[in-house]
Amino acid sequence: MTVHFKQDEPDNSNRLDRMKQGVLGKPLPRIEGLAKVTGTAPYAAEYPVENCAEGVLVTATITRGEVASIDRTSVLSMPGVIAVVDDEKMCTRAAQGTANEAPMQGPRQVCYWGQPIALVVAETFEQARDAAKHLKVEYREEQGAPLDPNAVEPEEQEDETVHQGDLAHAMAEAAHSVDVSYTTKGHASAAMEPHAAIAQWDGGKLTVHASLQMLNYNITELADALDMEEENIRLVSRFVGGGFGSKLGISEEVVAAALAAKQVGRPVRVVQSRQQVFQTVMRRSETTQRLRLAADANGKLTGFGHEALVSNLPGEDFAEPVLQSSHFMYGGENRELMLKVARIHRMTAGSVRAPGEAVGMPALEGAMDVLAEKVGIDPVELRLRNIPERDPEEGLPFSSHKLADCLKQGAEAFGWDNGPRQPRQRREGEWWIGTGMASAARVHNISETRARVTLKADGTALVETDMTDIGTGTYTILAQITGEMLGLGPKKVLVELGDTRHPRGPGSGGSWGAASIGSAVYIACKAIREELAAKVGTSEEKLDLREGKTAGGDALTDLLGGNDLAREGHYEPGDIEDDYTASGFGAFFAEVRVNHYTGETRVERMLGAFGFGRVLNAKTARSQCLGGITWSIGVALTEALEFDPRDGHLVNCDLAEYHVPVHRDVPDLDVVLVEERDGAASPIQAKGIGELGMCGGAAAIANAIYNACGARLYDYPMTPDRVLAAMPE
Amino acid sequence: MADTITVNGTAHPIPDDPRVSLLDFLRQHIGLTGTKKGCDHGQCGACTVIVNGIRINSCLTLAAMHDGDSVTTIEGLGTPDEPSALQRAFLEHDGFQCGYCTPGQICSATAMLEELGADWPSDASESLEGRIAISGEEIRERMSGNLCRCGAYANIVAAIEEVAAGGQS
Repeated sequence: MTVHFKQDEPDNSNRLDRMKQGVLGKPLPRIEGLAKVTGTAPYAAEYPVENCAEGVLVTATITRGEVASIDRTSVLSMPGVIAVVDDEKMCTRAAQGTANEAPMQGPRQVCYWGQPIALVVAETFEQARDAAKHLKVEYREEQGAPLDPNAVEPEEQEDETVHQGDLAHAMAEAAHSVDVSYTTKGHASAAMEPHAAIAQWDGGKLTVHASLQMLNYNITELADALDMEEENIRLVSRFVGGGFGSKLGISEEVVAAALAAKQVGRPVRVVQSRQQVFQTVMRRSETTQRLRLAADANGKLTGFGHEALVSNLPGEDFAEPVLQSSHFMYGGENRELMLKVARIHRMTAGSVRAPGEAVGMPALEGAMDVLAEKVGIDPVELRLRNIPERDPEEGLPFSSHKLADCLKQGAEAFGWDNGPRQPRQRREGEWWIGTGMASAARVHNISETRARVTLKADGTALVETDMTDIGTGTYTILAQITGEMLGLGPKKVLVELGDTRHPRGPGSGGSWGAASIGSAVYIACKAIREELAAKVGTSEEKLDLREGKTAGGDALTDLLGGNDLAREGHYEPGDIEDDYTASGFGAFFAEVRVNHYTGETRVERMLGAFGFGRVLNAKTARSQCLGGITWSIGVALTEALEFDPRDGHLVNCDLAEYHVPVHRDVPDLDVVLVEERDGAASPIQAKGIGELGMCGGAAAIANAIYNACGARLYDYPMTPDRVLAAMPE
Repeated sequence: MADTITVNGTAHPIPDDPRVSLLDFLRQHIGLTGTKKGCDHGQCGACTVIVNGIRINSCLTLAAMHDGDSVTTIEGLGTPDEPSALQRAFLEHDGFQCGYCTPGQICSATAMLEELGADWPSDASESLEGRIAISGEEIRERMSGNLCRCGAYANIVAAIEEVAAGGQS
């Protein structure tokens, strides 16, 4: 039985706070954690499958053109080689998040260097890898593919454009103004588990174990790619070794494995190499951004301008939404916002953790630091003076707004000195030392979703959905919500995720997972509670459940009388999506030291304070924030995709050349969880926290570099060469 | 008698194909998938195992090179019923999120604590001689070959510090 709830109004009843089990929000260890720390949690490529052949992708070595011929005989005689697959249905790009249709297909047409064009299948991985390397491919290359985003006429993303008032006039009249340009380099998700799939056919039925974030969309994408009905496909992703956007849509190895398994008549496993993951999945676009801020004598904004140029391949809808939070972050009645996308033949651009704010906020918050200096006020105070009462463009109320609290609580916890700020005030030996801060914002997303909860006759509960846990904590928070609602310890709740046999969840992406799927589970549990209440002659509102019993001492097992009680919760966001501007907010504070002679920056300590609705598990939520702050360090200092200007290929396509933060780059980090209840965000009053922790944090580091050594930089990442060049004599 | 590798106390024959890495031998040939492949190039540390007491990247060495060697993998350090002190500490401190780098982090930390105990110096050490004091910086330096993209470093260091101080035993 399905219970549908469409949310048109905020829910400020705080129902979950009145439950009696007392488990929700508690810092419980992950319920699947023991499997992970003992190496017994199976990831996509690790399912034991009888008679499984191994596939290795072959990728293009031209930028644009056609595959003229593939010489199969060049490898078919090699030991163990079974087949060369270049089926027209093979995908040449990964699907964008929530695409819900097949990505680009047809491997004979080459659109970027590194694009998959074939799959070699052999008995063993070593044989397939060797043969893939020796496959002879002839191309008809089309010269002159545009590769430089600054050298083509870009397309305007008109739905992002805002012209409000007269910004040029406001800039001219302003007591203080800032007009600065920033650049950011491309980023890679670099999830630790490479993209992988094992495909098996049973007659016309296909089962794929894959590493994917959004099975509800992925099954549609796969069905579309293979021209099949969804009911003949089963996707399984119980454990996903990180996603960060790179596994939102089906990627090339999933479709290739399915086609190959069909062709060779036995199961096929395809695992992308690390280099292939870098080159064939998704990059975050580089950006060029212009920030214009006009302020009165007190630092109150009168004008706000943010323009950005990003890039993508022809045929891709996705444009890095750089301005996403700029639309509502600060006031200023005169506004100019514009996003443009350049069509170039570098690999596909798509979602990498916190698309938009991950690069938009570091530019905006850098410019705000420049403004604070011009106005001569504390940068925290500048932010506080510019928090808008309502969305400055749409005029909508905010569902909740914790920026001021985050700024104040964060500053206090960090020990922020709000006195006059001058760069180059503190030096220890070779090192300049300084501090900086920035605001955080990340739009709140929520999705329609379904989950089934079964209260078993034995007094345990089972939660089933195809929702994934990509390290986010889904398993644990769903056990906590269910335990809280049904009066069960979390050990009595079994959570089954990542299987399309279960009701369709939202998938993990855009930080919407917890609030969306948690709400479906909440709705299902509420329906079960109504049944139980009727059995003891009370109302659902008055039913108290704890440790498997009602307040009156009735055991759930007795009330169930030997029967299971199952309900499917179906949550649909209604008018709340249109009636409010909803976002998570936060503040970052960083202390860095910068070497006077080498320009090297080390983060000494960093703190983030975040308000994102109800905290469902204080331990896993804090970990998400720590992860975001760690990514902020990478964005600020080291992460940069580099493309060959001659053929557009990604040069630093591995973990030795693309520098994600390592242990020694990350100091002790502090997180302040600013608790709130946002009833307009979701029925469980929660928002997302998977991305907020990196939306602006890089600017806190950049601003600290300036405060430390006087080098004001406008280009991320702030590598030693750049810092040294910008450092005053 | 065939050449063998002893893994977690059990001897296994070395595969015929000399191209098989120790990592693929563990994962594909004897089904110990707890050891992870993250990059296959010695850049991420997810494949860290302990060979004759020393931690190595199992992707950077061939199975054929380990005749007679004794390998300990994550499965050999502890089980869900009897987890090791580090495994318990990682769980308690949330020293992981997606879990994919975790076996490598734990294998690496297990051997690293031995290295610290034997006073092997590192870049973070005050001196190349004498006793090495355990500190967060020592742990971070010595664990920097194990990447964690989820960004659980702060929690991983907390977990290791607790065990280094004798906790979770």
